[in-house]
Amino acid sequence: MSTSMEATTPAAHHGFADATMIDHESELLQISLGPHHPSTHGVFRMDVVLDGERVVKLKPVFGYLHRNHEKIAESTTYLASIPYTDRLDYMCSLSNNWAYAMSVEKLAGLQVPERAEYIRVIAAELTRLQNHASTIGFLMQEMGASGTPLMYAFREREKILDLFEALTGSRMMCNYMRFGGCRVDLPAGWLDQARKTVAEYPRFLDEFESLLASNEILLARTQGVGVLPPKLAIQGGVTGPILRASGVNYDIRKVDRYGIYERFDFKVPLGEHGDVYDRYMIRMLEMRESLKILDQALQQIAPGPIMDPKAKIRGFRPKAGEAYGRIESPKGELGFYLISDGTPNPYRYRVRPPSLINLTVLEDMCLGSSLADTVVIFGTIDIVLGEVDR
Amino acid sequence: MTALSYNSLHHSSPQAADQIFVIVQHWIVGHAPVGLQPLLAILLSVVAIVGGFGLLFAITTILERKGLGRIQNRYGPNRVGFFGSLQPIADAIKSLTKEDIVPQTADKLVHLLAPILLVLAAFSVYAVLPVGRNMVLVNLDAGVLFFFAIGSVTEVAVFMAGWSSRNKYSLLGAMRAIAQMISYEVPLILSSLTVIMATGSLSTVSIVEKQAGYTGILPHWFIFTPWGFAGFVLFMIAATAESNRSPFDLPEGESEIIAGYYIEYSGFKFALFFLGEYLGMFAISGLAITLFLGGWNAPLPFLTWVPSYLWFFAKLLTLIVAFIWVRGTLPRLRMDQLMNFAWKFMLPMALLNLITAAVWHFMPAGPVRWLVSIVLVVVPYTVLGRNQMHKGHLEKRVYRFAE
Repeated sequence: MSTSMEATTPAAHHGFADATMIDHESELLQISLGPHHPSTHGVFRMDVVLDGERVVKLKPVFGYLHRNHEKIAESTTYLASIPYTDRLDYMCSLSNNWAYAMSVEKLAGLQVPERAEYIRVIAAELTRLQNHASTIGFLMQEMGASGTPLMYAFREREKILDLFEALTGSRMMCNYMRFGGCRVDLPAGWLDQARKTVAEYPRFLDEFESLLASNEILLARTQGVGVLPPKLAIQGGVTGPILRASGVNYDIRKVDRYGIYERFDFKVPLGEHGDVYDRYMIRMLEMRESLKILDQALQQIAPGPIMDPKAKIRGFRPKAGEAYGRIESPKGELGFYLISDGTPNPYRYRVRPPSLINLTVLEDMCLGSSLADTVVIFGTIDIVLGEVDR
Repeated sequence: MTALSYNSLHHSSPQAADQIFVIVQHWIVGHAPVGLQPLLAILLSVVAIVGGFGLLFAITTILERKGLGRIQNRYGPNRVGFFGSLQPIADAIKSLTKEDIVPQTADKLVHLLAPILLVLAAFSVYAVLPVGRNMVLVNLDAGVLFFFAIGSVTEVAVFMAGWSSRNKYSLLGAMRAIAQMISYEVPLILSSLTVIMATGSLSTVSIVEKQAGYTGILPHWFIFTPWGFAGFVLFMIAATAESNRSPFDLPEGESEIIAGYYIEYSGFKFALFFLGEYLGMFAISGLAITLFLGGWNAPLPFLTWVPSYLWFFAKLLTLIVAFIWVRGTLPRLRMDQLMNFAWKFMLPMALLNLITAAVWHFMPAGPVRWLVSIVLVVVPYTVLGRNQMHKGHLEKRVYRFAE
């Protein structure tokens, strides 16, 4: 973040940047939420300074899961990095595969066959469904709903993970997409199973909404809480459902029209208030839009090749140059920036992780709210530490 | 002689099954030397209370875990014994054999005393709960007052636990617990005051006796009056907050402050906290039954042959199931919302309910009395409820879509 940017955030205006202030104010309580805490989605820490239960300072601390992902990718071949991308946002390995494969395809000038594009869209939208479902489930868990919504969400997620397992052999670490296509074709009967899962999914959404969407406690806990103004969201580089909940119409599926997304009829739900309730509802509505895309894709998919014949698995050396491929991952803009010097390994490999960049506005959203709200606001950002720390 | 044996001499019941425990107690006491008889009678009742409600605690833990499991689309414990029925025993052995960890900086004496005090206070209130006909340890003239006085000791125990642990989370939990329990004690007591007004007695036994009898098949329970119904609902909400149950489980706040005031407790001390919480829940449910649900009276006139204590425990289990159901459904409130709810909704409603009870008492019986009382309950409820919702502009929203 640049200096001018910092000056415009509410956090900077509060003037709690000086850590020594804590010593003078004996009434303030500094606690460390995490890295071992039930609601930090992994090994994440928030250094919180509390006045009573009101947050006056919040410092996100991460890096506990740093695995040197980018450097490892630079010292190995392009192909060998695909399993590593699974482990970035381990909830959405197929989206990660796609973003990486897309940037390599740009670098090497490969053309993806139509069937493979359809499979990618289906895989990515199924990923979005299960990611949003579990995000909302965890959010409710953090609000104290004692596991019920979470288990309902996980029941649906299981069905989608079953599809992934049938398709890729793995439930979470899919390692499925390749440069120029996909690793294997759809197994027999997979499309019918997928259609069945997609057809059953709205029932879960209806059930979930009737359970919670008009619950007074939920409304009171979420409306007007953790407001992210659109201006700050844009300045902070926030993307994904959080940005759209703040009312900014920015969906890379619509902006870039990458893959074959221009063939599908779907809309982008937009929030107005940018609070926790909007971020929750936008995810619910996005799931319904994803179902529309899936319906169309599962109808339209036709037989055909799944790999670009020009794509080479062994001895893959893209010509020198650079490329940036980005997709709308469930969490926001996921991009891979690659520089090739003509060798089998990328010269530079850089990930633009939505989880990390969305996290930068955490303090601004949390200041002035209570400790209980902090946990909920943090839950709506929807981070995965594998992607934050890399 | 204790009040128990005194009562039983004067209200001899024709049914042996109903009085079996009283008869057995008299038979045992009769064999002891005369000087020891009162002491032995008390001791037997105490053993019965500790054993009976201890057993209920074990049953409730398995019921809650299985019930929550079913609500949450999973099995719950199903490995120990038949369908997991022996799980409480396994849990008890586990908590007894686990290491008892005391933080180095903790105030060790207070840390030790807190769970003991909690359980002692939780058990003491059972002394005035009539669990069946002639089955009360002491029939105090100020039984309800005793219940609330002893019940509030649990707050001290909770704060002792939070303070002595020297943990920031436990301190936050203790502060939440104190604020919450004191706030909700006001509507709790005010809502039970209506019953005391109606019966003119603080004795739990005579409150139950006043609710005996039937009009047609409808029992004379206070819940079947407008003020009694409102009082019962207010009482149960406050009771949920008093026993730190979801959606008022802020002092534990598992997702926020991890376990709140008992975060630093392990082994058997943790089990004692667990026990104390559940005993508190049973006791306050028992008081709700005594005050509003006719105590041990049968719900229908042709069911009076069923022993009275069975009715009490059936009602208690019903309330426990309701507690579990609520826990499996609702998200948690926030501290300020909790306070707003206590002082801006519960308190005015409880005060207005006192007026309703007075109106009910002084108006002649008939449909006009029902109408006036219902209006007195429903109108403030609607006004206050709407006021609460509109202040935060809480509503379902309509979203716009971009192409």
